[in-house]
Amino acid sequence: MKILVCITHVPDTTSKISFTDNQTKLDSTGVQFIIGPYDDYALARAIELKEANAGTTVTVLNVGPADTEPTLRKALAIGADDAVRVNADPKDSFFVATQIAEHAKSVGYDLILMGRESIDYNSGVVHGLVGELLGMPSVSPVMKLELAGTNAKLVCEIEGGKENVELTLPFVAGCQEPIAEWKIPNMRGIMSARTKPLQVVEAKAADSGVQLQKFELPPPKGAVKMISPDNVAELVNLLKNEAKVI
Amino acid sequence: MSILVFVETAEGKVKKTSLEAVAFAHALGGPVTAIALGAAEADELGALGKYGAQKVLHANDAKLNAGITQAYTSVLIKALADEQADTLVLANSSLGTPVAARIAAKTGASLATNVVEVPKGTSPFVVKRSIYTGKAFSYLELTGAKKVIAIKKNAATVAEVGSAVAVTPYAVTLSDADFAVKITSSEKATGEVLLPEANIVVSGGRGMKGPEHWGILEELAKTLHAATGCSKPVSDMGWRPHHEHVGQTGVKVAPQLYIAVGISGAIQHLAGVNSSKVIVVINKDPEAPFFKAADYGIAGDAFDVLPKLTEALKAGR
Repeated sequence: MKILVCITHVPDTTSKISFTDNQTKLDSTGVQFIIGPYDDYALARAIELKEANAGTTVTVLNVGPADTEPTLRKALAIGADDAVRVNADPKDSFFVATQIAEHAKSVGYDLILMGRESIDYNSGVVHGLVGELLGMPSVSPVMKLELAGTNAKLVCEIEGGKENVELTLPFVAGCQEPIAEWKIPNMRGIMSARTKPLQVVEAKAADSGVQLQKFELPPPKGAVKMISPDNVAELVNLLKNEAKVI
Repeated sequence: MSILVFVETAEGKVKKTSLEAVAFAHALGGPVTAIALGAAEADELGALGKYGAQKVLHANDAKLNAGITQAYTSVLIKALADEQADTLVLANSSLGTPVAARIAAKTGASLATNVVEVPKGTSPFVVKRSIYTGKAFSYLELTGAKKVIAIKKNAATVAEVGSAVAVTPYAVTLSDADFAVKITSSEKATGEVLLPEANIVVSGGRGMKGPEHWGILEELAKTLHAATGCSKPVSDMGWRPHHEHVGQTGVKVAPQLYIAVGISGAIQHLAGVNSSKVIVVINKDPEAPFFKAADYGIAGDAFDVLPKLTEALKAGR
């Protein structure tokens, strides 16, 4: 079985976000980049499936410039067999999905996993776009994924609950916790990652019909108004008459 | 522009964010057709006329009672063609967002999800999106003649602008390929306020000291007609189900009022609540970082403050 895991290269969840170049570019000064947390769950599940099913290979893919390679190497250290970097700025979801679909067509994967959404642009659409571009079913957000041959049993989250879902390979899944525990690379993994293949391919053109104009930060938050625990009636009064939310 | 709005229902009723999607489409101008798929109450659908829909379609086929992405995609693509609509508006949700993606890929439409407000104009057509999990916004111009827009909660104000309309049945032809994904069963909270839809959310963290103490929090939530949420540690420890986990890797909420009880306010939790209009923090530790992100704070013991707050609210009725 061939599994493709698509990963994003995103600022750590604790990063302070700011922009440069006339508010059109992320200011990456002092920002630590990580594998997207949701993508990390997808990768961990792929490695588990590889360990449980002999002959399974896991390829990781990222659409990004050369400085995302340490993130791909980390995925190799966690246990992926090889990596593909599509050499382009991941400017929008349709562009990224096109690159994933083009690569997937050339290889023919049985299972394509990724996070439910990236934590930078939060679109949550790449799995659906890739599914449609490849003519495969897509499912998201997947909390549990079990395979028996080509039959898959999944648990997907819905608002206020979950659904049990069945389908057959191949398909695309957007993953989230608790599909697997995050894996931390060990020393052996880190050493072997250095020599695992990392292929760089050029991007295909894709007309997504969207154009970024600028980024913006939300206005700063005002100071907190503290209320004594002995005067909760004052809180009720403020919520009613000042904030007008109850 | 001619707009189709995909309306989601829960237990027969139109979801609040779907009402906002109708209001959003109305604010854009141009004729608005709303469509609901699967079982729904006719009165609820007809009432969409009040909020801006000129026409309401209902594809009432039992096969569509479960929200299957591919099947919904096929029906909505056909409805877009039948209604000669160039723009689809829907709510961001576990169903709506993937459906938006597949439709955009199939039709070549410009796609934007997580849209937080009605565009100022339609030429150029610029949407404001929430990014970096609520830490920033982006302005994106949609240049295609066809557009698919998924809105975040509170993106539009629902107001009565017309009167109820008759619901038109919408016939669908479904193929086996539409049902490659089979939903075999589901577990869903019923009769409760759904967390992503709620106007008020009361959340508990580790400070609640155990699942057996959730009663006082639920009592407060009930008094406020609020949904209950929790922090990641609480869901990780199995005190509460995962669908109540609010935060970076859980549900992102955007209520009018968010009340956090016994939650320290890790940045990952704040990422799930920073679209709330007003935040109240109740925490024993006056140094808890959450107070910095709050509008109102009480430095006090949850087990003392919650019952008093519930009483004060009941007394104020």
